[in-house]
Amino acid sequence: MTIELMFYLAGAVAVLASLKVVTGKNTIHALLYLVVSLLAVAVCFYLMGAPFAAGLEVIVYAGAILVLFVFSVMLFNLNHDEVLFARQSQGLGFWAGPVVLAMCLLALLVNIIQSAEIQDKLTVNLVDAKQVGILLYGPYLLAVEIASFLLLAGLIAGYHYARPEGPGSHGGRS
Amino acid sequence: MTAIPLNHVLILACILFSIGFIGVIIRKNTLFILMSLEIMLNAVGVAFIGAGSVWQQADGQIMFILILSLAAAEVAIGLALLIRMQRRYQSLDIDKLSEMRG
Repeated sequence: MTIELMFYLAGAVAVLASLKVVTGKNTIHALLYLVVSLLAVAVCFYLMGAPFAAGLEVIVYAGAILVLFVFSVMLFNLNHDEVLFARQSQGLGFWAGPVVLAMCLLALLVNIIQSAEIQDKLTVNLVDAKQVGILLYGPYLLAVEIASFLLLAGLIAGYHYARPEGPGSHGGRS
Repeated sequence: MTAIPLNHVLILACILFSIGFIGVIIRKNTLFILMSLEIMLNAVGVAFIGAGSVWQQADGQIMFILILSLAAAEVAIGLALLIRMQRRYQSLDIDKLSEMRG
């Protein structure tokens, strides 16, 4: 199996999972499909010779941002109006779709790891983390600072908006 | 020379971006709009990484890292606004927000 074919397969998985996210009824199932879509895109990154970006995609996107989604949906009952209109999961049938797509990605990864020929081909166009780091803390230092300011603004705004309303809160608009 | 042609990477990015954009347009649930925004940002990341891999430069991955931090900040603020909206309107329907004038 060549690199191109694996790339197309991972891209097809990403497109299918994204379609299921957009057309989904149940919030949690759509989030599961979103995780699968992000993992498929991470496999695409790896095949394009960017293993650092693939790792970041898995750790930050699928690991942190999606966990934030799932936590806030479950803790704050954000799937309230979906519960009223969508049919709920009966048994394990709803897990089949994401599991099949994730198994496709797992088969791709096992195929990559096993085949020495593909590994050789992947090292040809590799842009590794060292080059990224040198560039990130050299010419792009200002961009890193601006990104840190953006994250600080996100932190403060998230704290301000999610604070409970009412007489207990200090100075918040009721 | 990379194994994957840049055209196909850009086509994949365009398809993912269109799916996300359609999701933003057609969904009424604000949570699904946020998820579609994630798909769109992800598609932009695919385009950046593909271009960076073709020209063998690390700039594409740096742009991807910046997009990643942007997505993290956006999700934090978006989910906080969603929690506020759920408290006030008991619903996530985006049409409820059209009552705000100014």
